[in-house]
Amino acid sequence: MDDLIVEFLTETNESLMELDTDLIKLEQNPNDKDLISKIFRLMHTIKGTCGFLGLPRLETVAHRAENVMGRFRDGNLEVTPEYVSLILASLDRVRYLLRHIEENGTEPEGSDEDLIAQLDAVYEGRDMPAKPQVAAAPAAPVVASASAPGPAEPELKAQEESVVTASGTPPVAAPVAAATAAAVGGGGGDAGESSVANQSLRVNMGVLENLMTMVSELVLTRNQLLQIARNDKDNNFVAPLQRLNHVVSDLQEGVMKTRMQPIGNAWAKLPRIIRDLSIELGKKIDLIMTGQDTELDRQVLDMIKDPLTHMIRNSGDHGIETPAERVKAGKPETGKIILRAYHEGGHIIIEITDDGKGLPTEKIRQKIIKNGLASEEEAAKLSPQQIHQYIFAAGFSTAEKVTSVSGRGVGMDVVRTNIEKIGGSIEMKSTEGKGSTFYIKIPLTLAIVSSLIVESAGEKFAIPQLAVRELVLVSQKSENRIEMIKHTPVFRLREKLLPLVSLEDLLKLTGEHTESFEERFEHKYIIVTQVGNYSFGLIVDQVFDTEEIVVKPVAKILKDIDLFSGNTILGDGSVIMILDPGGIAKVTGENNLSDNAQDNVETAQKLSSDSKTSLLLFTAGNGSQKAVPLSLIARLENVDMKMVEVSDDRMLLQYRGSLMPIIPFAPDMDLSPDVLKPLLVFADRGKSVGIIVDEIVDIREESIDIQIDGRRKGVFGSTIVGGKATEIVDVMHFLNSVHGDWFKDHGDESFLVHDKKKKGGGSSKRILLVDDSPFFRNMLTPLLTAAGYEVIAVDGPSKALELTEREENFDMIISDIEMPDMNGYDFATRVRSIEKWQKTPMVALTSHATPEDIDHGYESGFDEYIAKFDRDTLLSTISKTLARGNEA
Amino acid sequence: MSAANTDKVVVDTTLFRHQVAEQKSKDFLTVEIGGQMFGIPILQVQDVLGELKVTRIPLAPPQVSGSLNLRGRIVTAIDVRKCLGLKPLELGPNERRMSVVVNYDEELYSLIIDSVGDVLTLPDKDFETNPATLDVTWKAVSLGVYRLHGRIMVVLDVPKLLLSLHQLN
Repeated sequence: MDDLIVEFLTETNESLMELDTDLIKLEQNPNDKDLISKIFRLMHTIKGTCGFLGLPRLETVAHRAENVMGRFRDGNLEVTPEYVSLILASLDRVRYLLRHIEENGTEPEGSDEDLIAQLDAVYEGRDMPAKPQVAAAPAAPVVASASAPGPAEPELKAQEESVVTASGTPPVAAPVAAATAAAVGGGGGDAGESSVANQSLRVNMGVLENLMTMVSELVLTRNQLLQIARNDKDNNFVAPLQRLNHVVSDLQEGVMKTRMQPIGNAWAKLPRIIRDLSIELGKKIDLIMTGQDTELDRQVLDMIKDPLTHMIRNSGDHGIETPAERVKAGKPETGKIILRAYHEGGHIIIEITDDGKGLPTEKIRQKIIKNGLASEEEAAKLSPQQIHQYIFAAGFSTAEKVTSVSGRGVGMDVVRTNIEKIGGSIEMKSTEGKGSTFYIKIPLTLAIVSSLIVESAGEKFAIPQLAVRELVLVSQKSENRIEMIKHTPVFRLREKLLPLVSLEDLLKLTGEHTESFEERFEHKYIIVTQVGNYSFGLIVDQVFDTEEIVVKPVAKILKDIDLFSGNTILGDGSVIMILDPGGIAKVTGENNLSDNAQDNVETAQKLSSDSKTSLLLFTAGNGSQKAVPLSLIARLENVDMKMVEVSDDRMLLQYRGSLMPIIPFAPDMDLSPDVLKPLLVFADRGKSVGIIVDEIVDIREESIDIQIDGRRKGVFGSTIVGGKATEIVDVMHFLNSVHGDWFKDHGDESFLVHDKKKKGGGSSKRILLVDDSPFFRNMLTPLLTAAGYEVIAVDGPSKALELTEREENFDMIISDIEMPDMNGYDFATRVRSIEKWQKTPMVALTSHATPEDIDHGYESGFDEYIAKFDRDTLLSTISKTLARGNEA
Repeated sequence: MSAANTDKVVVDTTLFRHQVAEQKSKDFLTVEIGGQMFGIPILQVQDVLGELKVTRIPLAPPQVSGSLNLRGRIVTAIDVRKCLGLKPLELGPNERRMSVVVNYDEELYSLIIDSVGDVLTLPDKDFETNPATLDVTWKAVSLGVYRLHGRIMVVLDVPKLLLSLHQLN
């Protein structure tokens, strides 16, 4: 059965049960306004909920009964025992219907015409002698119709009997109720308790809280006992203690469970908020929620309710654009906000993603300067990620207008504070024009935290395990040592410098130090701690084990010390302070700017064409050594020249069950049989070509920097590799010469000459090359590099889009059409939807070149369309297109 | 406080009680700090403790000695001598300091004092406001004084004392 229905049944049954006692009072005191209102409210609720749940029969009964109750409540109909009976009959009918729904999941067959007719009659004042009086003084107080019951009674009784068919009982509450139910339900008559209602129990939160506190104390006592038992292993108490240990753990878990609620409870209002928001702002927004069943502590749930609501509002208000804007940006009219919750290692992760316009980096930058959060110079240096972090700063709002929805500038900093208060963290990723994603990480519960116990200067402290990434033991005599930059200790952790904080100094546990830092930091532990994106190391003297501790708030007079999140009692009964990693991060000067920025710089550097290429060096025939990008080579073989056959004027080799064309690299090579020659096998998409060379020399990492242009076909040019002049081989030339169907041969003139001049002219043009085939990427990259361009090659549109979304700049994009995850046409459409890339020349590179394909290409946003192996056209097109771009 | 002294005080109280019948009076727990008798309103007192192991709280104001475990509750220990600007007590080998646990704003604080005396019921007529010339530090934490036989008892204003620490921070 639907959860909603179960809940509805439980609730309604509870209310009905309560009414049972009240109904007797109503009988005695028919004019009890409070009671009438209560029944009215119940009917009203049932009516409303039924409409929502799709239970028409129940809804109708509740609705009509509500009408009558409404008249009672307004005081223009006097409550007589007959009417009370009628109401009771309605309640019983409701009960009957509920029971049927509970048992069968649906409403029973049949109709409630009889009851409804009566209710309507009373509501409309028909069929009653009392009517004139009531009608005469509709607004008059009840007293006006006080004399009416006399004549009305028989009729009403008759009516009632039609309901209470079987028994015809006098209008006394309980029997009527029972009888009606029996009559209508035909069994299971009395107002018994419902089984669904019995499955859950409403418990006051206070009781649960109390229980939790007591369990916490029990956990502490258990810890204490275990500690004692540990010191005295032979004790008789050890075995029962173990049992106690398990029972307490189970108990703790059980009690925690009572506090757990699905996160969906905190989300229930969100669809409505988004609906109202979209109407108010004239936007179209879909809210997609997944993971509603993810459970977390009620206390935590309460704490995140408001921040979540706020963020969803923000997404709707600031994030999602109006339908017109969206269409213009090439997005579907309806914006999407995706709310997702899931468990991840003792945490709940909540993701809020929207596909709206993202954070306006420039606007935020201006605002940072305007609000004096950073100088213009500083702001200019910040990466977009760093800029985005400022939305969490106090008093920051970029919304130009303060709408009723958001934009008061008290938003995100409060959200962050609230989330951090419960030991959570919030991170954000945003791309202008594409949308934003917020990640909220919160602990499952606040009450019990696993902590690492550490010691510094003889004092013990607890640090929440959640923030601890790893532990490092350092010794100044070994590789793992602490180094100093002025008075700041740092540590090399896997090729990165980790800032260190000495707990002793931070907490001012001892006075001034006289010894050298080498002496001080001999044999220390570094606790690598992470807060958000920021990692730092905490230097401590000693690390003990972890303990489950119950966090207790620090005394009010100590609230101002940011470094502690609470205190607790350890197993040995001593009090210990709990360090707050967030507070330490704040105090030690990190303003939570993400390390991501740094990472991005690194990736960008890797992408640069300066990166080195693995080159295979070989000799063939006369002349200098030659080099070919290793990545182009599929395999290296040694081939006996005897095996090479000649057919149709070509040299062929039976290779892995098929014929592979073979080309001697140079004509002057010794190809006599009985000689073993190295063979470079190039393969792509099931086709292969072998090139015979004389000797493999070496494999070297070098950057391809053509110094002298090639003069012969098959050579890009010459460069220095390992101190020797080396020819960089144009593999394409060789491949073209054999596979007519695979590599078309076009033109013979050197393609390098006229483009080469660009290279000297300072900054080279950056080209983004998108092709899923590593073969073509590796082939085109040296070709384009040799032509003086800076090439960044990626293996698919998704990577390319990632790059275009970052602050990368490209002068041209060259893309394959046939790619697995997204074809080139779609890729072009996506690229063109980003404002920044609307003018960047795009060249399609394909083996499909029918007029339809070409048209499709132009429609998608490509400027040029080139057949894949037409390298000269490619190069001339690139240079022409770029020149055109410059003129424009 | 000597044994003779204590006896005398007790007698005094019983004498008072007869007169106090119609008069308004208040109960105080007397404590000794640096030779001066102080009174803490009895309703604020939760417990009287001997010396317990106190965990130091780094970065806390100097008046805060640390925190201790009182039957599963964490209590913040306050050195009243420091609050009053007195020198630390020099203890003999077998002497131990005492503390009085008070409940303030739902939290427990343990006031470390030199020693604890008796509970006295004092009539309102013996009460006087702080002498105008009283030391400023003392004035800040004193509600007033009671004239006893041969002694003066200063009424400790516990909430004010704790609040001053709060502001110090």
